[in-house]
Amino acid sequence: MSKVFMFKRNEFEVAETMIQSEAKNNPAFLELSDVSIEFQTKKGPFKALDNVNLKIGNGEFISIIGHSGCGKSTVLNIVAGLHKATTGGVILNNKEVDEPGPDRAVVFQNHSLLPWLTCYQNVELAVKAIFKKRMNKAEMKSWIEHNLSLVHMDHAMHKYPAEVSGGMKQRVGIARALAMQPTVLLMDEPFGALDALTRAHLQDSVMEIQAELKNTVIMITHDVDEAVLLSDKIVMMTNGPAATIGEILAIDLERPRDRIRLANDKRYNEYRTEVLKFLYERQHRPSEH
Amino acid sequence: MKNRIINYLEMAGVSWLVPVVRLCSGENPREQFSDLFSGIGLPVIALVAFLFVWAGAASQVKTSLGDLPGPVAVWAQGENLWQEYKTERAKEQAFYERQEERNQKKLEKDPNAEIKVREYTGRVTFIDQIWTSLITVFTGFVIASLIAIPIGVVCGLSRNLYGAISPLIQIFKPVSPLAWLPIVTMVVSAVYVTDNPMFEKSFINSAITVTLCSLWPTLINTAMAVSSIDKDLINVGRVIRLNWTAQIFKIAIPASLPVIFTGLRISLGIGWMVLIAAEMLAQNPGLGKFVWDEFQNGSSDSLARIMFAVLAIGLIGFLLDWIMVAFQRVLSHDKNV
Ligand SMILES: Nc1ncnc2c1ncn2[C@@H]1O[C@H](COP(=O)(O)OP(=O)(O)O)[C@@H](O)[C@H]1O
Ligand SMILES: [Mg+2]
Repeated sequence: MSKVFMFKRNEFEVAETMIQSEAKNNPAFLELSDVSIEFQTKKGPFKALDNVNLKIGNGEFISIIGHSGCGKSTVLNIVAGLHKATTGGVILNNKEVDEPGPDRAVVFQNHSLLPWLTCYQNVELAVKAIFKKRMNKAEMKSWIEHNLSLVHMDHAMHKYPAEVSGGMKQRVGIARALAMQPTVLLMDEPFGALDALTRAHLQDSVMEIQAELKNTVIMITHDVDEAVLLSDKIVMMTNGPAATIGEILAIDLERPRDRIRLANDKRYNEYRTEVLKFLYERQHRPSEH
Repeated sequence: MKNRIINYLEMAGVSWLVPVVRLCSGENPREQFSDLFSGIGLPVIALVAFLFVWAGAASQVKTSLGDLPGPVAVWAQGENLWQEYKTERAKEQAFYERQEERNQKKLEKDPNAEIKVREYTGRVTFIDQIWTSLITVFTGFVIASLIAIPIGVVCGLSRNLYGAISPLIQIFKPVSPLAWLPIVTMVVSAVYVTDNPMFEKSFINSAITVTLCSLWPTLINTAMAVSSIDKDLINVGRVIRLNWTAQIFKIAIPASLPVIFTGLRISLGIGWMVLIAAEMLAQNPGLGKFVWDEFQNGSSDSLARIMFAVLAIGLIGFLLDWIMVAFQRVLSHDKNV
């Protein structure tokens, strides 16, 4: 099995170095320019986002934080190609994003596994759809198993989603996204529905995987600690309607990061305070309006 | 092993047998007996109580055909009906044996002799009518499902189309089968004209009437299920760029299957009810005709025979639903039906 997957990883690394060299000429690997979106609702048009500009470098881990309902998911969906921006657009690796695709794999908040397929089959559905011309059966099998073992789900991969815990479902969701070999991994509050302990485990897994694969990641969160712990940059959004990016905070903490050691780290706590100040002093909760 | 058996029993919809298995494997007997009591004991008590009330009440009602029959009389007629079926089958076999013998003799005398093979046309018994009705309801139901599921899927995918045909569905849904029947009969006689019909006209009339009435629950449930699929599941399909057929067959239909099945169950139930009524009205072969014929016949046994038929109709309807539930458990991912 490892032989096949080595081959795949190598191929992936080649592709990655290519992308990195491109990225050096063009520091904005992923760029949102002047993105705004208006939803047509029964009460008339509703402008959810206005003038969102964001540049993300290759291999960067970005989190987007903001109060609930401000438009975080909408930003992510526009990058995913699931929503179309009313004005402006998204450029990924010199190409405009105009439809959904596996190069921008999405991890959905409530795992979104197909309940009638086992964990393995859920990943298989994606792998089959994407690599049907490039991999043979054996390669697919080892590729699926490899990705499930990356998220530590190899022991339960033939169980149905209903038979595993919420954290495990979310792990499979991440494995499915990773198996697409995305150029950008998009995660919409991936751990929002999990208890604190499970969430911490999954955050560690994500950091571990990130250290290995060095993906470009956009993660939405409403958890300040999670944002500081995982990200290279935190993008803070203002409240809607017509939400936009309020501030971007670069997190300059060396990796690998350890949550226990960081708990008493001065810089870590400063970053944390900064985000909290933004959220609770400059942006009031929507309910306080 | 034990869990496998229990699983199978639950799949088959006979979960009241589960305590028996648990008891045999030595699990806490008190708990199992209490489960057994509520699973089997209480229904049996209710059944016995019903039989007593029936027997008591029946003897009070005098009809023009004599006393309303009680459980014993009805059961006796049931045995009678079975006996009639067996005699009829014996006669049929004898007929074919005689025919065979005759033809054999003819051929011995003259190998080129023309031989006649005639169908046996004996009395149609109760059991034959059951078969006729089952085949008819099955045909009508399958046609209805083959029409309703695809239309339902399309309606579920397109809000506009559903909005467009929704009024039609609302108007046709409540129409009684008895109102459809004359139209169906006229149309079938006008359209279905062949010298060598593969199916009886009466069969087609009944089947189409069943179809027309059992179309709606499946159609409505399918449309509702498909239109309310979790958007994230659809988005998963979009992200991995499934084409639209894969999107429908790999995501939309499996996701909607539990609700579609509920619709199918309702449809089959309605189809069975409708069929009996249609057979009575149109004198089309089947259980409905049996009931009607007995009613017209008006012999002293008739009421008991009709009552037996009523019980049989109920029991068959129950079995049909039970089969659907078993199918649903096997085929769809939602195991808690
Ligand atoms: N498809 C849609 N149609 C209309 N309004 C929408 C739609 N999607 C999102 N919105 C609105 O846009 C705003 C931002 O939503 P969302 O991006 O989901 O917020 P968040 O993910 O930050 O909680 C909300 O006010 C929401 O009601
Ligand atoms: Mg959201």
